[in-house]
Amino acid sequence: MSKPTDLTIAEARHLLARRQLSARDLATAHLEAIERLGSLNAFITVTADRALADSARADDRIARGEARPLEGIPIAVKDLFCTEGIRTTAASRILDDFTPPYESTVTRKLWEAGAVCLGKTNLDEFAMGSSNTTSAFGHVVNPWRRRGDNRDLVPGGSSGGSAAAVAARLCLGATATDTGGSIRQPAAFTGTVGIKPTYGRCSRWGIVAFASSLDQAGPIARTVRDAAILLREMAGFDPEDATSADVPVPDFEAAVGRGVKGLRIGVPREYRLPGMSAEIVALWEQGAAWLREAGAELREISLPHTKYALPAYYIVAPAEASSNLARYDGVRFGLRIDPGGDLDDLYAATRAAGFGAEVRRRVLIGTYVLSAGYYDAYYLKAQKVRALIARDFDRAWQEVDLILTPATPSSAFAIGEKQDDPVTMYLNDIFTVTANLAGLPAISVPAGLDGGGLPLALQLIGRPFDEETVFAAAAVVERAAAFDALPAIRA
Amino acid sequence: MSLDAATVRRIADLARIAVSEEDVAQLQTELNSILAWIEQLNEVGTDGVEPLTGAVRLRLRLRADEVTEGDRHEAILANAPDRVDTASGSFFAVPKVVE
Repeated sequence: MSKPTDLTIAEARHLLARRQLSARDLATAHLEAIERLGSLNAFITVTADRALADSARADDRIARGEARPLEGIPIAVKDLFCTEGIRTTAASRILDDFTPPYESTVTRKLWEAGAVCLGKTNLDEFAMGSSNTTSAFGHVVNPWRRRGDNRDLVPGGSSGGSAAAVAARLCLGATATDTGGSIRQPAAFTGTVGIKPTYGRCSRWGIVAFASSLDQAGPIARTVRDAAILLREMAGFDPEDATSADVPVPDFEAAVGRGVKGLRIGVPREYRLPGMSAEIVALWEQGAAWLREAGAELREISLPHTKYALPAYYIVAPAEASSNLARYDGVRFGLRIDPGGDLDDLYAATRAAGFGAEVRRRVLIGTYVLSAGYYDAYYLKAQKVRALIARDFDRAWQEVDLILTPATPSSAFAIGEKQDDPVTMYLNDIFTVTANLAGLPAISVPAGLDGGGLPLALQLIGRPFDEETVFAAAAVVERAAAFDALPAIRA
Repeated sequence: MSLDAATVRRIADLARIAVSEEDVAQLQTELNSILAWIEQLNEVGTDGVEPLTGAVRLRLRLRADEVTEGDRHEAILANAPDRVDTASGSFFAVPKVVE
């Protein structure tokens, strides 16, 4: 038998059901790995006692024949999901010792499905970033190393702790969130699988809000099947979230083996950027060839407004963030700095001390684009461009069933690289952000290594609420790529 | 459009974030570089386009007009940085607002 930390969720489920492995041993192996590889800084909070209690209960249920779908599966939770009685930080100083008196819907569903809670993973502050270097709890180290180069690399962001933990085998899977690429880009940088489902598929209730019209929860796992297993338990209608979709949740796992025969898959010419690396172009062509060999029909398509997605996003997301983050005022929860003046001084001092540089920048941009006299020129304009981006996809769906693109413009970079100016960092999300603006499901699946031995990934974007086709095609890419490279640092 | 220092100070004031004079200079550079990059949206013709406010075209649901939760004073106050407990109830405490 492989090491418990090397198992996939599907394998662990099988062994647990046959009582060839106990949930307790599985949890213990992961807790030991988390402790041993603490230098990755993937976790903000480790909940060892909780994990042991959860796993003991799981063993009891399995013994009684009452196992639920994720019984005994140890997972980690991005520290953006409120967890009752467990400190939730959003990787920001401003939340201080905030301990939620309630549970997010997504995590509640996971615990009700029998999952074991290992702890809360690190992230970019308020999920704002693409490198996990904006966390108030320090950066996360990517478990991968570039060949012949010993520098620490970023795991991507904002779900960098979740992606690093999954890649380094500190958990079997993890929750994450994606506002502009925050599941798919770190998955791509760490050789893991990450899916952002359709907007509305997972409830946002109890997830610390960044940009409410874009935020979606999803899983990061080591295989397409594992991502499908997790998403099924995370998804579902929730009356607590007004934008939650009241649609049935299919058995995503059953779709994994469906294949792509007869599917029409689009390759959008606008994603071929000037100066794009030859390795990324080759990987993309290879992905198209794999899907063609598996019976799909590949077609070039056009998504003409692609170029404008990122600038539109950097109006819409900060605008929504400036509004959502207005609640951090030092009065009801979290940090308070009282400089001894009036209430406005308390707000201003608390927010100055509590927000990091990137969050402050985005709140200020958002405040500006929503302010009197600039609203039409920026915010309204961006919403109109967003409508055109959504229309591009609507038109594409008349011709194709899926869209294939690279997941990121590069592999993981070193900590400190790409930090000269904010815009360079924002360009990381160039391929992922369109799916957020249009609300579409999109997956990142590892497909190869670059010249330095670092993972590269492909992205598949699907029609609204058609995650099944996305999973089916991702499984074809996964099988064809036979990606079996391992990170240098792992349990 | 380019932000001057006064505008940066005004935005920071609207956002209730205290900024130092050095911060203002640095923010001015950073915000202007972001805004200059965003300017490319002006190349896109959007006459007659309906703005899209959300990711999906949702019809908002109505729910029954019933009380579904409440009476959670202690849970709500549990994370308060400062509170006062009086005979008439428990409250979040803040610096004096009205003289």
